[in-house]
Amino acid sequence: MSLRSPLGKVLGTGSAGHGTGQWWAQRVSAVALIPLALWFFYSLLVLPSLDFVVVQTWLAVPRNGFLAALLVAALTQHSYLGTIEVVEDYVHRNAMKLSILLLLRFAYVLSGGASLYAILRVAFAIRAS
Amino acid sequence: MPARPRPLSPHLQIYRWQMGNSLSILHRLTGIALALGLAALSFWLVSLAGGAASYRAAAQLFASRIGLLLLVGWTFAFLYHLLNGVRHLFWDVGVGYERGQRHASGWFAVLGAIGSTLSVWLALWHFGRI
Repeated sequence: MSLRSPLGKVLGTGSAGHGTGQWWAQRVSAVALIPLALWFFYSLLVLPSLDFVVVQTWLAVPRNGFLAALLVAALTQHSYLGTIEVVEDYVHRNAMKLSILLLLRFAYVLSGGASLYAILRVAFAIRAS
Repeated sequence: MPARPRPLSPHLQIYRWQMGNSLSILHRLTGIALALGLAALSFWLVSLAGGAASYRAAAQLFASRIGLLLLVGWTFAFLYHLLNGVRHLFWDVGVGYERGQRHASGWFAVLGAIGSTLSVWLALWHFGRI
């Protein structure tokens, strides 16, 4: 017989030490990414070309820039959760695990932030018409 | 320390290689590949914001032989991860656990991803885009 309480049993289990919040966020971002990602890649594929002016004009349309920003946010969150899950599963030495997790966090904030800023730059750029 | 070593569950290597674990591993591998693809997408967006010159330089990288190879790989990774991800979402709500259903949906994810990757790139090639 175990003397641990039911709550004690579910707390602190698993290689990450916590998890339902992340598990849920991974599913929510996955669902959001289905329409967002399909829309984004389909839109790029049906553009007449991927030349600078064509892509810039397309992304400057408010709806496109807005959805692209949402896509980048969802992609960043989903990808971050996925990669840290792999690290938590396979990296066992604590110092190493912590370092990689920290590095990944910075990398994702950097990449996501840069993408969002780039989209805003294109959206709000003053163009000579 | 206990007098006898505690019993351990069998290690991974003892299990027979089959569809379930292969597709699960492929899901993680494609996920990691797509994380690199996300970095490439970020690079592309930043080059776009940087102006015509930086965009052209980035586009040239993507149009190179290695660039195209990566893009085809990322297309497959994306489509497989998408289809297999939907498979996982169905499992999360408790649907599709029967042996036959698992195999059918697994094949659908693999063949669907290969088929749609080929379709996209053949179409791009057909319309003279690559």
